[in-house]
Amino acid sequence: MYYLVFLALLVGTGLTVAAAFVDMGPMNNVVMLLIAVIKATLVILFFMHVRWSSKLTWVIAMAGFFWLLILFGVTMSDYLTRGWVQGTLR
Amino acid sequence: MSEGHTRIEHYPGPTHQPIQKDAGSALHAGEVHAEPAHHPRLQHHFDTMEQQAEASTLGMWTFLVTEILFFGGLFMAYLVYRHASPMAFQEASHHLDITLGTLNTAILIISSLTMALGVRAAQTSQPPKTQVMWILLTMLFGLGFLGIKAIEYTEKFRDHIVPGPNFRWEGIYPQGAEMFYSLYFCMTGLHALHMVIGLGIMTWLAIMAGRRRFDASYYTPVEVAGLYWHFVDIVWIFLFPLLYLIGRHYHAA
Repeated sequence: MYYLVFLALLVGTGLTVAAAFVDMGPMNNVVMLLIAVIKATLVILFFMHVRWSSKLTWVIAMAGFFWLLILFGVTMSDYLTRGWVQGTLR
Repeated sequence: MSEGHTRIEHYPGPTHQPIQKDAGSALHAGEVHAEPAHHPRLQHHFDTMEQQAEASTLGMWTFLVTEILFFGGLFMAYLVYRHASPMAFQEASHHLDITLGTLNTAILIISSLTMALGVRAAQTSQPPKTQVMWILLTMLFGLGFLGIKAIEYTEKFRDHIVPGPNFRWEGIYPQGAEMFYSLYFCMTGLHALHMVIGLGIMTWLAIMAGRRRFDASYYTPVEVAGLYWHFVDIVWIFLFPLLYLIGRHYHAA
């Protein structure tokens, strides 16, 4: 079981590197992050045993990543929307 | 493992018995003990081994969440500056060796596998030799990772792309490149520091495993150390594409 996950992780790494060399425009970043998230999920679920842990453990683990979401989301919502409204400073 | 709600509805506390030497348990031989015989590794503020294991796991996960906060700050800085100077970051990223980076990623993934197998070995009461073997393998790959990182850092110093007074950049975006390499050194440096700490933890774990401390009834330290190690792996899983693989398709690699 661990070996399967291990293989999946290696395949994911290979995919990430290969995808880096293919021009997909802005999708490159999306694909890269998606593969990274899938790899992290595999590690968390299987290697870190969250799949077989209590819901409480799962909630605490997700809380960390939820916090990251808020951090990235709210901060970038500022930077990405600079200049959208006429008259506001860059 | 237990359900989502905690198992401490009523806290019964230990039954108080008159103090007797060695309450029939060979595990606590010779020890004056007021509580009834229990597993020698069960701390007295827990009722059962399962509860103790669950609490330990939760505690480690809480710590890992704080580590997410720790690294999250650096990732945030990376996001902001990459958004500010995307071309500079792309140019700077191309100077990183993608072969060494990919190799490092593979090495860490292998070390995660050996760590998981080590936890399994303790969980299924494998002989101490087997447990120690898996832990030592994990450490070996961890050292390999650090070795390659050392090679990469040496190259950076040689090529004068370490931010500071000796920074020289021959490309189009020197300032952006310096920012990129500041982030590169901070993020991979912090990560490498965590690896070193992880190796220290593994050393202790290997010694304890060698002393026959872990079996199916008590393997919590192995599990918890495994959580830490896997977390450090996950950080690298995100670091690698963000640092090494920016816009590689624009470069005739």
